[in-house]
Amino acid sequence: MMLALEMYRSPAKYLAAKAVGGRIPGILTGPAAPLRLVTINEPKAERDGWARIRPILSGICGSDLGMVTGATKLYFSAVVSMPFVPGHEIVGELLDDCEDLPKGTRVVMDSVLTCAARGVEPCEGCVTGNTNRCDRITVGHVAPGLQTGFCRDTGGGWGNLMVAHRSQLYAVPDGMSDERAVLVEPLAGAVHAALRAKVEPGQSVLVSGAGAVGLFATLALRELTQAGRITVVAKHAKQRELARAFGASDVVAPDEVFRGVRRATGAFRLKQDFSGGEFLLGGVDVAVDAVGSKDSIDTVLRVTKAGGRVVLSGMPASGADLSPVWFRELEVTGTYASAREEPNGRPAFETALELAGRAPLDGIVGARYPLYRWREALDHAHSAGRLGTVKVAFDVRAS
Amino acid sequence: MSRPGFVLEVDDRTPPLLVHNGEGFLLERFPQGTRVVYPPEALPPVRDVDEAIQNALLNPIDSEPLPELLRAGMRLTIAFDDISLPLPPMKKPDIRQRVIEAVLELAAQAGVDDVELISANALHRRLTPNELREIVGERVFRSFFPDGKLYNFDAEDRDNLTHLGQTRHGEDVEISKRAAESDLLVYVNVNLVAMDGGHKSTSIGLASYKSLKHHHNSHTMIHSRSFMDHKASKMHHSAWRMGEVLTSHVKVFQIETTLNNDIFGGPLEFLQKREWEWSIKDQASFLATKRGLDVAPAKLRHKIFTDTRSNYGLTGINAGAIEPVHEKTIEAVHRQHLVEVQGQSDVAIMGVPFVGPYNVNSVMNPILAACMGLGYYFNSYRGNPVVRKDGAVILYHPVDYEFSQLHHPSYVDFFEEVLSESTDPATIEAKFEKQYAEDPWYIHLYRTSYAYHGVHPFYMWYWISHALDHCGDIVWVGANRKTVERMGFRSASTLSDALEMVSHSVGRSPSITYLHNPPHLLADVR
Repeated sequence: MMLALEMYRSPAKYLAAKAVGGRIPGILTGPAAPLRLVTINEPKAERDGWARIRPILSGICGSDLGMVTGATKLYFSAVVSMPFVPGHEIVGELLDDCEDLPKGTRVVMDSVLTCAARGVEPCEGCVTGNTNRCDRITVGHVAPGLQTGFCRDTGGGWGNLMVAHRSQLYAVPDGMSDERAVLVEPLAGAVHAALRAKVEPGQSVLVSGAGAVGLFATLALRELTQAGRITVVAKHAKQRELARAFGASDVVAPDEVFRGVRRATGAFRLKQDFSGGEFLLGGVDVAVDAVGSKDSIDTVLRVTKAGGRVVLSGMPASGADLSPVWFRELEVTGTYASAREEPNGRPAFETALELAGRAPLDGIVGARYPLYRWREALDHAHSAGRLGTVKVAFDVRAS
Repeated sequence: MSRPGFVLEVDDRTPPLLVHNGEGFLLERFPQGTRVVYPPEALPPVRDVDEAIQNALLNPIDSEPLPELLRAGMRLTIAFDDISLPLPPMKKPDIRQRVIEAVLELAAQAGVDDVELISANALHRRLTPNELREIVGERVFRSFFPDGKLYNFDAEDRDNLTHLGQTRHGEDVEISKRAAESDLLVYVNVNLVAMDGGHKSTSIGLASYKSLKHHHNSHTMIHSRSFMDHKASKMHHSAWRMGEVLTSHVKVFQIETTLNNDIFGGPLEFLQKREWEWSIKDQASFLATKRGLDVAPAKLRHKIFTDTRSNYGLTGINAGAIEPVHEKTIEAVHRQHLVEVQGQSDVAIMGVPFVGPYNVNSVMNPILAACMGLGYYFNSYRGNPVVRKDGAVILYHPVDYEFSQLHHPSYVDFFEEVLSESTDPATIEAKFEKQYAEDPWYIHLYRTSYAYHGVHPFYMWYWISHALDHCGDIVWVGANRKTVERMGFRSASTLSDALEMVSHSVGRSPSITYLHNPPHLLADVR
């Protein structure tokens, strides 16, 4: 038996969170949270290639919060299996030998449950190395689940024990701290986003949002591309400071985006009738939305130059105005998780591990909570930006 | 008989003194011993303005009378000072209207058909049709504006600029093509303060950025000591050199007018009286106005001040060749503004009022407030600055974070982008000026909307470079802390706090001079 936080199906709580969560944020981590701390059976690693892992640190991701708060769309309900233990940003210790990785190895995990993990014939995505595009995420010998942390059979990082397949695991180099290692998964996502953005040398980039996704995207863009000016939209003081440390050329507040981008790119700024909405003629070559909100998506679509590229890196909300996509002939690119074979020919995790080793990431994990203080942890994660924190993690061993 | 300006020394009988503070004013009790410089009272105005205008046009200085310069078939261009003068704007009829009407009358008599009128706004914003109408009057406006014969100068209209050559210092002289190709250029000026007029009218008012950048830069501005003394101002030296080139190509008939200090009338008359002479009515007016403004919503307060129009009386009008005309003009300006001040002091205090040259019918944003205080008022001296080298300047103004997106779009960016990086005029000039000057959006707004040119906020900052270089400390009383800090200054809640803050550089018993303007004064510091 093990202690774990379990997400369970509760239409009433889902609807309650969706209805009033925006106005009463406290309810999302309180009575309306479809999450409970329980003692449950440990997941089993009975098939070849699978091993048990004891999580050390497990991060709280925006998608986890989305599940708790009802922000995640029902679209995803078909690719999860309830109840499940969330947590896919982990650094843990192998409790079994796993092919070439001996027991006791510290590992990080690419959470996508691909054909290899599911024991089925590789799909087109997996064959080409685009493992994050796997089409078999609902079949095979593992319950449906797009990733570990959304699957009933594998457990997740928010529990004392989980299982993973060898194809998901990467050994953590000696000398890398757990605090850095737990950031490898979101860093891999940022690597994927930066490479998907296909930034040409000298091109201007806007990153909307300076939470973990936005900051890591900034870091990856600066490290892996020859982007020219990178402008980051940041709301809070600590975010502004970190954005600069991660390679932003300039940082603007959300209400300054149009002014700042216009100035930086020499674009023309227009105001539409009645609503007062603005947009640019001209603008950045590439914009990355790292928030996923309607406002953020609207903003990136409106400040990207004609023919430019908009990268959706946050889980997108509905309701954004797509007029600029049509009128400005924008190329909209989604980025989800990370791939085993990125455009640079390497697994995103390998690149992310290198980044985690050398980037200024000390202090990025700003708070650690034991599992039994999960309500505080989620509250903190929910207000992380305002509180000057980038990443909140569960200290699973302390639980 | 008006009384000259004078310097009062504050003693225990001195009442609290009026200080302008943006869209409002206050009574401040100054430390004993503070010198207060009062401007001269309004000089008696010319009794018959029309006669004075006719006399100037028919008996010009070093020039043929205007009728002799006019002939049928010629190209005549009349350029005039824009809305930045006078301050506050003048009650109707504007003196420019009366002069322009007289010139047009003579032109009509001579059979001149090809006449165009140009507002010499250089890189200032375009004037709206209503603003043009206020300056030239209804009759002239209706006759010329609909046909496009009355318009704003466009310094970015490459097709309508003419490069006349370079000065002996290699400075480009590029001005309005229409003005450059005219048989006669008549310039109608309002010489409110000593820095206006002379060659500055034509070689700056009708010039492009290519020309202006030779003197509107941090190096020249810092060595213009002061702008109010054209013989000691590098900016004016440059304009004069350009004027030589310009007048060698174009015949210029300069008409300069000088106004008296009759700025505040009606219920605001107390603003130009000496406090100890305030009648019961003045005191009641002050109290009512102050209380009213204190409780008025910001929009109403803004409207009250924006709608202020001043009486002004004409003190003189001279016409003819630029330089001798300007000498006469300066004499008249000095008669109205000059106040003798013995020696410099450790601290200078100034109240920044609601209007400056660049926020007529608009908002005085933080950069303009700085320019008004540290550019115009600080430079209102002849000889030496009122404050000693490394002394302190204390200013009054709320310095709210408020910008007009219509009039000052590049100011917002300048404030947010440029000043957050540096406040050193030379540094920002080197790094940012070109970008702003060539930004296509700012150029578009300058040409088609009512926006100051993209480079204009840089000029405002260069304008204060002499003060930045000269002063050891600059503190604003009652100002928004964040905005003044962004500009590299400090904010104090009260005058006492401000004096405490500057005490490390000027000591605890500094000599203090308070410049009691407006009305305008020019401190002749011996």
